[in-house]
Amino acid sequence: MKILVCISKSPDTTSKIAFTDGNSKFDENGVQYIVNPYDEWYALVRGLELKETLGGTVTIVTVGRVEDDSVIRKALAIGADEAVRIDADTKDAYYTAMQIAEYAKSNGFDLILTGKETINYNGSQVAGMIAESLNMPFVSLATKLEVSGTKATLDKEYLGGIQTVEAELPLVVSCAKGMAEQRIPNMRGIMAARTKPLTVVPAASVEEFTSFETYTTPAGKSACKMIDPNNMDELVALLHNEAKVI
Amino acid sequence: MSILVYINGNHGIGKNAFEAVTYGKKLGDVTVVTNGAIDEGSLASLGVYGASKVLVDSTLANADDQQLTNLVANAAASVGAKTIIFSHDHVAKNVAPRLSVKLKAGLVSGAIAAPAADGTIKVNVFSGKAFGNVKVNTDTKIISLLPNSIQPEESGSACSVEQFSGNAGDAKVKVTATKQPEGDIPLPEAELVVSAGRGLKGPENWGMVEDLAKALGAATACSRPVADIGWRPHHEHVGQTGVAIRPNLYIAAGISGAIQHLAGVNGSKVIVVINTDAEAPFFKAADYGILGDAFEVLPRLTEAVKKFKASNN
Repeated sequence: MKILVCISKSPDTTSKIAFTDGNSKFDENGVQYIVNPYDEWYALVRGLELKETLGGTVTIVTVGRVEDDSVIRKALAIGADEAVRIDADTKDAYYTAMQIAEYAKSNGFDLILTGKETINYNGSQVAGMIAESLNMPFVSLATKLEVSGTKATLDKEYLGGIQTVEAELPLVVSCAKGMAEQRIPNMRGIMAARTKPLTVVPAASVEEFTSFETYTTPAGKSACKMIDPNNMDELVALLHNEAKVI
Repeated sequence: MSILVYINGNHGIGKNAFEAVTYGKKLGDVTVVTNGAIDEGSLASLGVYGASKVLVDSTLANADDQQLTNLVANAAASVGAKTIIFSHDHVAKNVAPRLSVKLKAGLVSGAIAAPAADGTIKVNVFSGKAFGNVKVNTDTKIISLLPNSIQPEESGSACSVEQFSGNAGDAKVKVTATKQPEGDIPLPEAELVVSAGRGLKGPENWGMVEDLAKALGAATACSRPVADIGWRPHHEHVGQTGVAIRPNLYIAAGISGAIQHLAGVNGSKVIVVINTDAEAPFFKAADYGILGDAFEVLPRLTEAVKKFKASNN
């Protein structure tokens, strides 16, 4: 089975979020980039598990520049066979999805996995766009994925509950919590990642559908009002009269 | 201007649908498209929030992503809509990106406000730690509205409901089972949420969390460690890598408030934190804080809520 795992870089989850250039650009000053957790913990690890039980290959793909190679090596250290970087600045989700679809079109993947969203843009767009472009079925927010022959059985998030679905490969899946357990790369993996193939392919010409013009950060909260732990009637009264939420 | 709003009515028409129609009404003349066997009266009631008519393909139940994409695309063509609105739920995440490619329409996901004077749309980014203002460069636009971002507004009366053939084709993704948490309120839609973390010491102590949730009519949630060690199911995990929620009230007991947890709940209107540790970072993000033991405070709060409910009925 040929598995493609799409990864994105994202700022470390503890990064300070600030903006520069008249609030039009994310301030990368002091920001450490990691593999987007949904892509790494769920999509990549489940891809590797399927390869380990069913055989095949796992290819990592990302859209980015040479400075993103360190993030790709981090993902390779966890265990994929090879990586592909489509050489372009990241733009909107459509641009990214069309680059990946263009690459995937000529490479016959059985399964294309992504995280359910990135933790920086939270769009949940790329996987569905790839699926439409390649005319493949798409299962979003999957929490479980089993493959038997050419048939996939999945659990997916559904209205606070879970839905079980079946689909034939090839298939695009966006992966959510529950899909797999995070793997910590070991020293052998980190060493091996240095020499695994990382192919750079040129970008296709694609328009941008949307663009982020400016950013703002939320106003800070006013000081927390402390309530006597013995006086829960006071809290209920405040929630009713002051906060007006009950 | 003709606006199309897609409503997922598989589990009844609720607040998310009213919000999406209200949002559409601010932009133009709203047609709703939906699918499945939905009671006609509740569809007609969408007129109260500003819908002019509802198109329903009642033959299309348990539709997959490609069928729904076809349904919405065909409905948009039939009413000449250049703006399509979804509520940003699991169905929107499944369908809106496909539709974006099919219609060559820019997709704005996680919108939290109506388009500004310059046409940009405000969205949640960086897991709730920032907002972005997005410009759409295409003629046709798709906006996926984050639940609980705007208040539903009543502006009309019941509207007509027409059968619509979505020409959706066959399902390639087949639903074999659906498990809804029994009798519970789905977490992503809940207006009130009671959540607890490792401070509760074990799954056997969740009864007091459920008691408070029941008294309030709230959904229950938990922190990541609690889901990871299996005290609670994964779908209850709120935070950066779990579910992001925006309830009116979020009550957190025995959760320290790590930045990753806050990312999933900082859209909440009011946050109440119960913790024994005065240094817990969650107090900095809270509106009301209780420095105390959840084992004592939660039952006390449940009693206070019951007393309040009894005197208000």
